[in-house]
Amino acid sequence: MTVQNLIDDFSLEVLCGGADAAQKEVTGGYCGDLLSWVMSKAQEGDCWLTVMGNVNSIGVAVMTDVACILLTENAAFDEDAKLRAEQNGVIVLRSSENAFDLAVKIAEKL
Amino acid sequence: MDEIIRQHYDVDGSDFTRAGEASGKIKKTLKDIGFTPEAVRKTAIAVYEAEINLVIHAGGGEIDVEITPEHVRIVLTDHGPGIENVELAMQEGYSTAPDRIRALGFGAGMGLPNIKKYTDEMDIQTELGVGTVMTLKINA
Ligand SMILES: Nc1ncnc2c1ncn2[C@@H]1O[C@H](COP(=O)(O)OP(=O)(O)OP(=O)(O)O)[C@@H](O)[C@H]1O
Ligand SMILES: [Mg+2]
Repeated sequence: MTVQNLIDDFSLEVLCGGADAAQKEVTGGYCGDLLSWVMSKAQEGDCWLTVMGNVNSIGVAVMTDVACILLTENAAFDEDAKLRAEQNGVIVLRSSENAFDLAVKIAEKL
Repeated sequence: MDEIIRQHYDVDGSDFTRAGEASGKIKKTLKDIGFTPEAVRKTAIAVYEAEINLVIHAGGGEIDVEITPEHVRIVLTDHGPGIENVELAMQEGYSTAPDRIRALGFGAGMGLPNIKKYTDEMDIQTELGVGTVMTLKINA
């Protein structure tokens, strides 16, 4: 499924990212907040579930080529993170649900 | 690609919001040149971890890149505090990162182990109070 499907199916808030990025294919998922773990383990095409909405998260997303960042439990999204995400075409989504609940539901659709 | 490509980056130690910029540019260069996705990924992870370390632990530094058809070599130079015990620093989970850095998601003590894992060669020359020079090589 595409990032757009994800947005529609789970009524996600779109914090950053255009229509182009939303056409990216989601092929898997990864949950984690420690950036060095995520760097090493997240795969291209993953939907990355995290509470880290800072500028370094965007850096990690760029380096790992994840399909999108999904901020869980309404985690904060910094202004400078937004700027960096826009510069790099990183799509950032948000939900009020926690990582476990979201991951279970997303996994069903993959 | 026949020639050797060389790049130089200054990494600002005071501006955390820009940390990762050099890595992003290096990654893009390798992608554009046509390095394999595997080599691009390995380099991206290693150089990002090393760049973040420059900012967090050493007050910034410099990155020099040399790309040939066979490999990419990256030299990171800083004039930070140096690493007291490299063997210890290389262990998974060892970190001296302060709380304000941990709050940003760093400080898991996984950076250097990641670099080791994703490079074909890794060398650290360090002296307390003088600085650290880390050399990484990834085969194309
Ligand atoms: N360039 C450097 N100058 C001085 N000390 C360093 C440098 N790079 C690493 N270190 C030391 O080595 C330790 C381990 O580094 P490593 O990258 O593995 O973990 P970290 O940066 O603390 O956390 P993480 O990388 O998981 O976010 C650091 O906490 C720091 O004490
Ligand atoms: Mg580190």
